[in-house]
Amino acid sequence: MKQKHDGQRTLRTAYRIMSVAVCLTLITVLLIVVSWMPQFGGGENPAENEVYKRYVESGTSEGGAVNTVADMILDYRAFDTLGESNVLFTAACIVLILLRADKDPKDGRLLIPELQAEPLHGKKDSILRGTAMILLPAGLLFGVCIVLNGHLSAGGGFSGGAIIGAALILFAMAYGPEKLERTLNRKTWSWLVWSALLVYTLLKTYSFYTGANGIESIIPLGEPGRILSGGMILPLNICVGVVVACTMYAFYALFSKGGIGSGGK
Amino acid sequence: MTLVQNFPFAAIMMCLAGGVTCVVLRPRAARAFAVLLNAVIAGMMTAVLLFTIRTGESYVYLMGHFPAPWGNEIRIGPLEALMALMFSLVTTVILAGGMQNICEDVEPDKTKLYSAVICLMTASLLALTFTNDLFTAYVFVEINTLTSCALVMLRYRSGMALSASIRYLIMSLLGSGLFLIGVVILYNITGHLLMEPIGAAVRNLAATGEYAFPLTITLGLFAVGLALKSALWPFSSWLPDAHASATTASSGILSGLVLKGYIILLIKIIYRMIGPEVVAAEGVLNVLFGLGTGAIIAGSLYALREKDSKRMLAYSSIAQIGYIFAGIGLGTETGMICACIQILAHAVTKPMLFCAAGNMASEAGGHRFDQLRGMGRRRPLLGIAFAAGALSMIGIPLFAGFATKYFLCKAAIGAAGWKGIVALAAVVVSTVLNALYYLPAIQILFDREPDTKTGQAAGRGSVLAAAAIAVFLVLQFGLGFFFSRIAEIIRTGLNTLA
Repeated sequence: MKQKHDGQRTLRTAYRIMSVAVCLTLITVLLIVVSWMPQFGGGENPAENEVYKRYVESGTSEGGAVNTVADMILDYRAFDTLGESNVLFTAACIVLILLRADKDPKDGRLLIPELQAEPLHGKKDSILRGTAMILLPAGLLFGVCIVLNGHLSAGGGFSGGAIIGAALILFAMAYGPEKLERTLNRKTWSWLVWSALLVYTLLKTYSFYTGANGIESIIPLGEPGRILSGGMILPLNICVGVVVACTMYAFYALFSKGGIGSGGK
Repeated sequence: MTLVQNFPFAAIMMCLAGGVTCVVLRPRAARAFAVLLNAVIAGMMTAVLLFTIRTGESYVYLMGHFPAPWGNEIRIGPLEALMALMFSLVTTVILAGGMQNICEDVEPDKTKLYSAVICLMTASLLALTFTNDLFTAYVFVEINTLTSCALVMLRYRSGMALSASIRYLIMSLLGSGLFLIGVVILYNITGHLLMEPIGAAVRNLAATGEYAFPLTITLGLFAVGLALKSALWPFSSWLPDAHASATTASSGILSGLVLKGYIILLIKIIYRMIGPEVVAAEGVLNVLFGLGTGAIIAGSLYALREKDSKRMLAYSSIAQIGYIFAGIGLGTETGMICACIQILAHAVTKPMLFCAAGNMASEAGGHRFDQLRGMGRRRPLLGIAFAAGALSMIGIPLFAGFATKYFLCKAAIGAAGWKGIVALAAVVVSTVLNALYYLPAIQILFDREPDTKTGQAAGRGSVLAAAAIAVFLVLQFGLGFFFSRIAEIIRTGLNTLA
């Protein structure tokens, strides 16, 4: 019995030494590879080719947005970004699967009893509430501004949505999630995410279909620099912003109290 | 551009939109929706396959108004269409066949999330098959990783499923990470993400000897990363728990389809980006071949010791994945055809085995073999399906598994040097080993059952399961009878791939 125990211990030690050795080897090899890489920002690099030149030179005239990054992610390489938004949605689904506050079908008790304990938020913390009162309107407006100006200046759906999501989380922490759930309950959340992603997918379906079949898109690019310009980029940014904000808030709600409440009592 | 040519793009978009829609549907409607969506896509892929066979070449479909390398594009040839058809068809059938188990294993209101995850999974498999761009591939590898872990952990309140999915997640993310580092290095030394320009640049680099070390490391990272995700032995320690603890439909999809998505990506990388001759010169093929033959033997040895039906099937998957890598590792065209045929054969066989075992287990109350004793007599169709699957895995002629062994032997005889002899030896040894663990399993299923068991009323789920089994049997024998015709399609597909 004791021998078997010793054997296990030796095996475990050997396993630890092996894993450290494998990690160190990988790190060394990758560092050597980095030393072989072309110098960062060098003019003769293989990455300095016609691909990036076209993005920089004709991004605004072809995509319609002054912000070239917006042109790249929402027009040139929109399929990748569509996939990326669905990664967020998949992650939200998985957290829903894992953490939703499920009730036992028989007696209606929560399957995870700890969730019934008094949550962190909802305490009347006047400092937090006071700060939130000042920060919230500014934060929400700033987020909306970044989403809406995504095609004109730095930012866009991902960054603006993250700011809106953070503001929603601050609201829930300061005033309790029940207040927020009067408007953003589980049903509203589902429908918001659904409509944003569906609009996104439909708009891109139209764009891909017309692009591949050589049909002229009927959506005008507009005059670069105006708020209503950039073709589809503005509505797409709004959709991405909604998805990101909803996902961020859902993560908070799920991890802190096991789910987004249904709103009513 | 004809209407049919739009189908691959439409299928991906339908899956993405369908995944979101499942979340707002009622659970029952969502389950039906996922099955129907996959069935419709299977129909569309059949049309695409017929179209590409008729034209005999591949075509590029622009995803937007800008041609690659500026925009995104997908590329569809006979091989891609065949694989996409297989993915959507098998998903449809195994979902129908495992529906009863889904309702038992997954909490009722979460079955709609299950449907959503299935739709996203199909989208990622289709995109991985059709993509012509390395970064698009990575994005959909991410979706595939997340959804496949979700499929494992959706098993109702099973602690085992949770721990298995965490192990799976860690190993799978490690694979994605290595793959991503490979993409970054390759972009740095070639300046492209699109497959053709990378291919041209890599051939150039290989000829001049520039960036030789990063190129070797990139190949190694791709091979190890994708081997981790497709459970090539010895990177397969996560597989048995994950596949055995998931619900029936998940086990079928994970073993039959998810592992194959990454292998198809690897085949595309070898053919379209790096070039077979560069890969062979780097020695990566030899490593893959060695691990593949190791997997054939090791997987069978593990399966031999197993007393649990689902774990035995999971270990058998490790051996079957070994055949694919052994075929790729031989480095000849016949070897590659063997790999593709094996992808199809395993995809129609293993889900059928899981479907039969899962449905028998839900009636018998457990999936250990001592609990399943005599179930084949009580449910003859399921028993016959299990027996057919087992015979196919052993490699009896007229079953799908025979096609693999036939092409592997053919490729081994054609291969030069030590590889041919090793491959032949592996085929012989593994056939004996497969028979050693599958035949006793069939015997137990058709054993005289003890009288104590009480029969359970057959519900609607079992009607669906019977229909699914019937379709699987048709696919099984279809592949077993007409494998030379399918091999021709694959040969055309491989030629258009390069």
